[in-house]
Amino acid sequence: MATAYDNAVKQGVAKDDGAAPAVAVGDVRKAFDGHTVLNGVSLSVRRGETLAVLGRSGTGKSVLLRLIIGLERPDSGSICIQGQDIAGLPLDQLGEIRKKMGFSFQHAALYDSLTVGENVAFPLRHHRGEMSKSDRDECVNELLAEVGMAGNLKKMPADISGGMQKRVGLARALALKPEILLLDEPTAGLDPISSGEIDELILKLQRERQMASVVVTHNLHSARTIANRLAILNQGDVVIQGTYEDLQQSDIEFVKEFLKLS
Amino acid sequence: MGVPAVADFAAGLFAGFFEWFGSLGVFSWQVLKAAVTPPYEWRELIRQLDEVGSKSFPLVALAGAAIGVVISLEARYSLSRFGAKSMFPATLVYSVIQVMGPVITGLVVSGRVGAGIGAELASMKVTEQIDAIEASAINPYRFLAATRILACILMLPLLTIAADACGLLTGWFAQAMVEPLSFRQFIESGFHGATFNSFLPQTFKTAVYGLIIGLISCFQGMRTSGGAAGVGRAATNSVVLASLFLILADVVLVKFILVVFP
Repeated sequence: MATAYDNAVKQGVAKDDGAAPAVAVGDVRKAFDGHTVLNGVSLSVRRGETLAVLGRSGTGKSVLLRLIIGLERPDSGSICIQGQDIAGLPLDQLGEIRKKMGFSFQHAALYDSLTVGENVAFPLRHHRGEMSKSDRDECVNELLAEVGMAGNLKKMPADISGGMQKRVGLARALALKPEILLLDEPTAGLDPISSGEIDELILKLQRERQMASVVVTHNLHSARTIANRLAILNQGDVVIQGTYEDLQQSDIEFVKEFLKLS
Repeated sequence: MGVPAVADFAAGLFAGFFEWFGSLGVFSWQVLKAAVTPPYEWRELIRQLDEVGSKSFPLVALAGAAIGVVISLEARYSLSRFGAKSMFPATLVYSVIQVMGPVITGLVVSGRVGAGIGAELASMKVTEQIDAIEASAINPYRFLAATRILACILMLPLLTIAADACGLLTGWFAQAMVEPLSFRQFIESGFHGATFNSFLPQTFKTAVYGLIIGLISCFQGMRTSGGAAGVGRAATNSVVLASLFLILADVVLVKFILVVFP
């Protein structure tokens, strides 16, 4: 049976250099209550590469991210993380794969009963039990400093702005030093200056950590800034993927209209 | 409403009934699997023991105290009519410990803890906090559900003992206000001829109440959808269903105890 990676290679999305891509989605279909959201989506992302997924609202961009981290199961197709298909894995085995991944939610999804510092420390407390409290505190301080949130350790999520919440969510996603980073609308609802700061932060993280990243966004400017490749979803399928220049040269009507109106 | 509409409504109700029990069965299996396999969430369990146990204590003690006074007043009046006043201590002891204490404790905890767990988990669900826990490679069935259910199972018998003690104390006090009766006399007479079988099964059956309260409220909370309205529904359903199943379980448990511990 062809794997997602094989499919991706066949479609020319991935180059067959022997190593499995960090993320390979192969012919994935997903429907909710009879309504098809994803209809045979295939794409792959390699280490150090950032793929931006664009498209109209409701085209299944966030669902794609949830499938990649295993929060949803595909109806058919495969999702391979570093060569391992996660589609049928039980929760605890999936957990081992998830330790290599960081997920930043669209609305941050911070634990509202915990402080900012406790939110970032949460994955460390569970998966780095050998870490002493002082080491953990130091790690949390470093992560918060990295996302420009130093000094906000004791604040509650309700007491900080949406942009700050996204930064804290990003710090939490980075806590376990993931090899794969998934970002759901990292700049949605933010003012242009805050959006620019988040983009800079993502670029800085990419340079320093060489993660494979999938970024779902509506913001074409942001996507051009942070991503090596862009993919546009429409009606449950990837219409086109490539560099921004590839998209500009496309004859597909939807792509032309999307770029014109973005 | 025509006959076909009534038939459709009945079919929907019937399907919903089996869907609910089927989902509860799957949920219970997931929680059981997560609870018996490491890593164990001791820290969260201790937090939940405090949340369910010590924070419910004042309410349970007050309810037990009130029941003691009510039974004392009713029993004195009824026993006087039949010239059986000497039976007062035994009547109070058996009524409180065997019947009212466990049920009142179960219903009070169902109201306080069931609504709390249902609303808390539902709120976490609709704000994607449960997804964030799962994305952090932490099993939410283990971290959220198993700890809360176990805390309910362990704490219900202890809270029942507290409610019983308060009920006996206030019941004796209410009687002693009217007729002289020393506490020692009351205890000796009340527990005369009693064995462990007279009271222990009735007290420890409340562990089953704890299982019902914890399981149903976690289940209702974690399957919520639909924003603030969904949170409200989950809290209400948790209390209503847990209380209903608790009373139904009592019927079975009373018969079981009468047969096994005659």
